[in-house]
Amino acid sequence: MTVKEIFGTLDYGPAPESPAPALDWIAGHGGIFGQFIGGVWTAPEDCFTSHNPATGAPLAQVSQGGPHEIEAAVRAARKAQPGWAALGGHGRARVLYAIARALQKHARLFAVLESLDNGKPIREARDIDIPLAQRHFYYHAGMAQLMEAELPGREALGVCGQIVPWNFPLLMLAWKIAPALAMGNTAVLKPAEYTPLTALLFADVCREAGVPPGVVNIVTGDGRTGEALVNAPVDKIAFTGSTAVGRRIREVTAGSGKALTLELGGKSPYIVFDDADLDSAIEGLVDAIWFNQGQVCCAGSRLIVQEGIADGFHARLRVRMDGLRVGDPLDKCIDIGAIVDRTQLERITRMVEAETAGERHVAAVTLPDLGCFYPPTLITGLSTASPLMQEEIFGPVLVSTTFRTPAEAVEIANNTRYGLAATLWTENINLALDIAPKLAAGVVWVNATNLFDAAAGFGGVRESGFGREGGWEGLAAYTRAKGAAKALKPVVAFGGDGAPVDTVDRTAKLYIGGKQARPDGGLSRAVHGPKGALLGQVSLANRKDVRNAVEAAQGAKGWGRTTAHARAQILYYIAENLAARAGELAARIDALTGRGGKAEVEASIRRLFTYAAWADKFDGQVRSVPIRGVALAMREPVGVIAALCPDEAPLLGLVSLMAPAIAMGNRVVLVASDPFPLAATDFIQVLETSDVPGGVVNILTGAHGELAPVLAAHADVDALWCFSGQDLSGVVERASAGNLKRTWVNNGRTTDWTGAEGRAFLEAATEVKTVWIPYGE
Amino acid sequence: MTLATPTTQAPQLPQLHLPRNPGMDLDLDWVARVQANTSAIERRAATLPGRRSVKKDHQAAWLCRAISLIDLTTLSGDDTPGRVRRLCAKARQPVAPGILSALGMTGLTVGAVCVYHDMVETAVEALQGSGIPVAAVSTGFPAGLSPLALRIAEIGQSVAAGAAEIDIVISRRHVLTGNWQALYDEMREMRAACGAAHVKAILATGELGTLRNVAKASLVCMMGGADFIKTSTGKETVNATLPVSLTMIRAIRAYHDRTGYRIGYKPAGGISKAKDALVYLALMKDELGDRWLQPDLFRFGASSLLGDIERQLDHHLTGAYSAGWRHAMA
Repeated sequence: MTVKEIFGTLDYGPAPESPAPALDWIAGHGGIFGQFIGGVWTAPEDCFTSHNPATGAPLAQVSQGGPHEIEAAVRAARKAQPGWAALGGHGRARVLYAIARALQKHARLFAVLESLDNGKPIREARDIDIPLAQRHFYYHAGMAQLMEAELPGREALGVCGQIVPWNFPLLMLAWKIAPALAMGNTAVLKPAEYTPLTALLFADVCREAGVPPGVVNIVTGDGRTGEALVNAPVDKIAFTGSTAVGRRIREVTAGSGKALTLELGGKSPYIVFDDADLDSAIEGLVDAIWFNQGQVCCAGSRLIVQEGIADGFHARLRVRMDGLRVGDPLDKCIDIGAIVDRTQLERITRMVEAETAGERHVAAVTLPDLGCFYPPTLITGLSTASPLMQEEIFGPVLVSTTFRTPAEAVEIANNTRYGLAATLWTENINLALDIAPKLAAGVVWVNATNLFDAAAGFGGVRESGFGREGGWEGLAAYTRAKGAAKALKPVVAFGGDGAPVDTVDRTAKLYIGGKQARPDGGLSRAVHGPKGALLGQVSLANRKDVRNAVEAAQGAKGWGRTTAHARAQILYYIAENLAARAGELAARIDALTGRGGKAEVEASIRRLFTYAAWADKFDGQVRSVPIRGVALAMREPVGVIAALCPDEAPLLGLVSLMAPAIAMGNRVVLVASDPFPLAATDFIQVLETSDVPGGVVNILTGAHGELAPVLAAHADVDALWCFSGQDLSGVVERASAGNLKRTWVNNGRTTDWTGAEGRAFLEAATEVKTVWIPYGE
Repeated sequence: MTLATPTTQAPQLPQLHLPRNPGMDLDLDWVARVQANTSAIERRAATLPGRRSVKKDHQAAWLCRAISLIDLTTLSGDDTPGRVRRLCAKARQPVAPGILSALGMTGLTVGAVCVYHDMVETAVEALQGSGIPVAAVSTGFPAGLSPLALRIAEIGQSVAAGAAEIDIVISRRHVLTGNWQALYDEMREMRAACGAAHVKAILATGELGTLRNVAKASLVCMMGGADFIKTSTGKETVNATLPVSLTMIRAIRAYHDRTGYRIGYKPAGGISKAKDALVYLALMKDELGDRWLQPDLFRFGASSLLGDIERQLDHHLTGAYSAGWRHAMA
């Protein structure tokens, strides 16, 4: 075309970014890569090809790591870890700073390589992925610097096995490696099979930045390599990827004592209220679902529009979609690049074709002849029952439905197994700040979408996984309390054939929904004192009682909405009433265990005071993110927490779990000490006289081994804490994989309940939700 | 659709292509519903330059198009007939003939020449036969605070002097006090005074306080019969910006969706680099479509932009960066 012809049409024309720097780097490695273990490259072995999805052209040969390579990498990491931790916060900060600087110096190379390997538009790699990865290392250089001062009593976990997905290869690597290294851990990272190249380039950068050998190890390969890593003797597994694989990892690591964080799938709602800036909300959708070809775990993929504006909104959205440009990812003038791999393209195609309902709009775009491309697609008129409304598509496909009222918007938004992110658009601050806390999501964006920063935690609830990445809360995933706990010694219930001690018969019942209830199964067992006296009969709860208790707890949702002051008042009142019955409870504990009743009751009163104090002081934070706006790190209750209470401290153990949970607004289902349950049943009377709303605290008695798997598998239990004297950690973790509930287990280690209180409990009792609120008029 | 080509000799006026916006009754409900989320608009504006890029021949062609859209402007207290004649000569031959010939763009001119009332006759005479219209800033430009009767009379005099386009300034106080009826009535009256001449409503967005006000004022001016809406006089401390532009062209889109009439857009002040001009063209293309990339619907109000574009075109041909003194000054 001549200049004059273009003058007439004013077409965009190609604006290609040169692939040369990336191709040169690959060629510099001979086009073939081994593993990066202990600071050196191994000889390439058992290679597979990494392709450019936009053209199908092979980019490089990459080695398939097996158990042998994983073992070598974990050994190298293990060897390097003590020295890395001993380097101290400042020493590690220097190295992390050097990595951040190196990422900046090679920004173009990383961006081009990422675009080539993944198919994402060069603009996104250049303006989003790579700058955010740099930022993550800068931020965590700061965390390393501050660790000793700000996290006293915390230490590195050790060796971290990290598995990252193909949608943001370098960025997810940064999210994993930066906090791990900052806290003194060493890492073995497996990049995704489709997109290993920037991780391999990162290995080069580690050498350049002076990362000691073995601190970062990169092992490439497919799912089998990941499985080998999960099974290797590491201290932690961090995984970002599909919910199915996350669930499998939860199952196989159950009971291993390995710390686990999972960042999984999503079907994030994108709510548009009728008073929103609709043009901006439409533009936001471009960033929500047509960012990275929709291959984003937190993609705003479920559009939920207020009914009165839906038709006009959809019409304008279709026009906007038609203006999107799909094409060569290295073209600086396109919006949407290639789908990462043919397998994914086929999956998207299959899912969309299977949906017959709704009205479909495929953007009027021209797709390149070669390569894996999928057109931006909108399907309107779907209902919540449509599979595409529930299942993650992981492609540039937006589905839409409508709502009538704010309450219904929340209901539809939360009608999902996932809970990663949510977006809402309204110009009404009352509405925005009312809705944000009600959405089941780890991240909420108000009048914006897909904003990320190292200072703001990211992660999900429900089946979107657990743990946070970024912010102070992200460090919890890479540290543990200093000091080693002793192995758990099972406490065996006393037997005997002594006479009943009560002169009038007493019936210890279950406590469900604010009422004492007989066990569904009609079974009881005798409880004897150390000398064989018959102290009473205790109810044996079964799965129906669990069901009833969880239902009662779910029914008491209002507790989470009461003020922190009000919850503190109730905790003080429980303490007051416990003090009034101190003698009786102390005598009961003495009778049950043979010792220490008075001290245990005193400690329990003290503990109730502690959490009454904390109730209105465990604050959220405002995070310093690089926007004009605020990112609120809000502490929200987890929901319904079930707890298998410690056997050895029948009252103090129960109070130590109950108090932080209810102080933070959770409802609890407590399973009393298995051998010494009667302290808990006596405590029911304390609760009954303390204005605790029905359903907030529920107490079951019975066999931990029988109730643990039922609670762990119950989908409406949001978290399960296991401090049982029996080692049920594996059982709990394995059975919890079904709904990926948060678990907190003792891993067969003892806890000294006299001092067990404070932040660790409060953190377990809360989820951090990051609410991004850009502002400005 | 007829494209304006560089050899067109007829005046490039809106009425030659499209039905003129008659305006509509003031719809206060619509005005009240207008939303403009500043942060979101700023984000879109900030990412746009990174999303669109034109290179090589395409860039040269786009820059030529930008030239054809320039209202080459002088609005200074020290303007004289000699100064205005020099500007008009540059308007006729915006780029050295050798460069235009090499690009195959001989005959390219700017979109219009924009002057104060007293310079209209000089400009009209200097542009005789070129087909380039003369635009006059009017209505007590730039503050718009002279008596209404005088402001209206000024329009009539400029039209009589030969101005084909009138750039009026709105009363910012009507926007700042939310007196939409007054703004509408004023616009109506000014439009009527323009007669056949086309009216560009200058919102002086840098003085309106919020993007929401910009959006509302845009709508009210279009309802009042504006043919174009324009950001700035060039005299405010903040002139054309991308967020303001996005807000105004979204209002244009909404008005078109509702009435079917296409309103023109003129960012003015602060656009001095060829690269900026490309971003504005991409913004118009993506938000409003190709039809809005012609002189009847889009103009740059600029004085130094042309010089930078000329240097870039020279660079396109030679591969070497050029210097200002090698090109004829405006």
